Amino acid sequence: MVLVVGVPFAWAVYLSFTDAIGGSLTGNWVGFDNFTNAWKDDNFRRALRNTLIFTFASQAIVLVGAAVLSNFLVRDFRGKWFIRFLVVLPWAAPVVLSTIAWLWLLDSLYSVVNWSLARLHLDNGLVWLLSAVNLEEDAQVPLQWLGRPNLALIAVTLVHAWRILPFAVVIFIAGRASIPTEVEDAARIDGATGVKKLWYVDIPLQLPIALVAVLFGIVFTAVDFAVVYLLTRGGPFNSTQVLPTWAYAIGIDGGSLGEGAAISLFLFPLLVVVSVAMLFFARRAQVS
Amino acid sequence: MTLRQKSLTYAVVVPFAILLAFPFYFALVTMFKTNLDLADVEHSPYLYNDLEGGFHWDFWNYATTEHVRFLFEDTNYPKWLLNTLLVGAAVVGITLLLAMPAGYALARLAGGWGQTAGVGIFLVYLVPPTLLFLPLSRLITQLDLKDSLWSLILIYPSFTVPFATWLLMGFFKTIPQELEDAALVDGASRLKALYLIILPISLPGILTVVIFAFSLCVNEFIYAFTFISSSEQRTVSAGIPNDLIRGDVFFWQSLMAATLIPAIPLALLYNAFLDRFIKGFTGGAFR
Repeated sequence: MVLVVGVPFAWAVYLSFTDAIGGSLTGNWVGFDNFTNAWKDDNFRRALRNTLIFTFASQAIVLVGAAVLSNFLVRDFRGKWFIRFLVVLPWAAPVVLSTIAWLWLLDSLYSVVNWSLARLHLDNGLVWLLSAVNLEEDAQVPLQWLGRPNLALIAVTLVHAWRILPFAVVIFIAGRASIPTEVEDAARIDGATGVKKLWYVDIPLQLPIALVAVLFGIVFTAVDFAVVYLLTRGGPFNSTQVLPTWAYAIGIDGGSLGEGAAISLFLFPLLVVVSVAMLFFARRAQVS
Repeated sequence: MTLRQKSLTYAVVVPFAILLAFPFYFALVTMFKTNLDLADVEHSPYLYNDLEGGFHWDFWNYATTEHVRFLFEDTNYPKWLLNTLLVGAAVVGITLLLAMPAGYALARLAGGWGQTAGVGIFLVYLVPPTLLFLPLSRLITQLDLKDSLWSLILIYPSFTVPFATWLLMGFFKTIPQELEDAALVDGASRLKALYLIILPISLPGILTVVIFAFSLCVNEFIYAFTFISSSEQRTVSAGIPNDLIRGDVFFWQSLMAATLIPAIPLALLYNAFLDRFIKGFTGGAFR
């Protein structure tokens, strides 16, 4: 374990301080130059901003969706097995493959999303809405989901949310199962119902595990390479680059191994914060 | 449940299910479309149409399997499936070999030390491939493993082992210590107790680990994409986006078939083992 993760990790740290270029494993020590160079680049800042947007926006959607869906999915109803099969599909399918399916769904010419919007006469309304909220100034029908900067941001966020939602639902259900039924009974005897029960009983009890699910989701989204790379290649005009794809563009395509390593290392503080928070809340969940 | 509650449940659950499964349904429709039908933007993308865009109830006469056949006969797709299976099987084997003793030891190590080590292993799982692939790709070049499936077999355990150890630790914890003690008292050696008592009980857990570790291997993209550049040696995840998308030419029907074929069996397996997975996953953290 130390060998396959620790050594490459240390190496990545070392490389980030050198001017190593493609093909070599070493370079001259350049101190923090790679980090400052990366930081000065507008594309890098955009990649950092996008990483944060994708991660937090998609997780907000996931949190709400999973809270609602898990609430109903724990009930007994006919066809539950099949519904659950459909719900876990996005998580079970290899991410590369489902992303390619989305590429087709959002195609510039044949997009089924646009086709359906047009048939429902919603397309012009959506275009109007997009310009009304200043998201897409000169949007036109059919919408270029992956070809316009802001639309592409929305599309990638939604694909991430779609992909992580089933996982969060599964964790939520697990969390629910770990709450003893006595709590439910006690709440009923004490006369807690409706909103009161939701606020004083359900939410506090489910909060720790909900946070664990969200924190996992943050890690899964923040480090993801495949979704952005396949959907937009970071485009149009680098407007959807994230740190992993930007590190790839600089480190592998551009050959500046050192700077690429430095860029990917910017992810690490975020992961450390998230992991520590995750362990903290996991422990809280243990107590309750 | 009252009728009102029941209809409310369906009213929430069904739209979610449709939304989440829609891309897969749509891939299924697309894979049998004829080129002419697909290329006409006026035609309904949900149905199989005749040349004028009309729908007939014997719709299978307006669909085609030629693109699925193309995928299997004229591309390296079967080879990729095989490669994926080979890598997956080898990695799962290595993973079990390393993770089973580790998970067992961590589960039985009482108190703080075992807990800390477990947490440490879990954190290792969180160090993502996107941080490691740059130095690793150089390492693979130096080892002369570029373009070889061995590179993946060597590297994949770096994320499957921590994950599997974490899961197995959860499973092993659910097995009462007394069971093992009883076997020891009856004169079995520690190893024998492990093989005859613990292993059979934890078989469902081990199977779960096999499935999820395998699916992690199928999912992996960035290593497979950087380490291997010859089409013959690719896995499914790297081969499909690289070889079936050529510049701006998309073979949509074949692409959708290629997407759906591995996804369905994996999803079925996931669904079947989901409950156990939940147990193992949270068993590590919430017990």
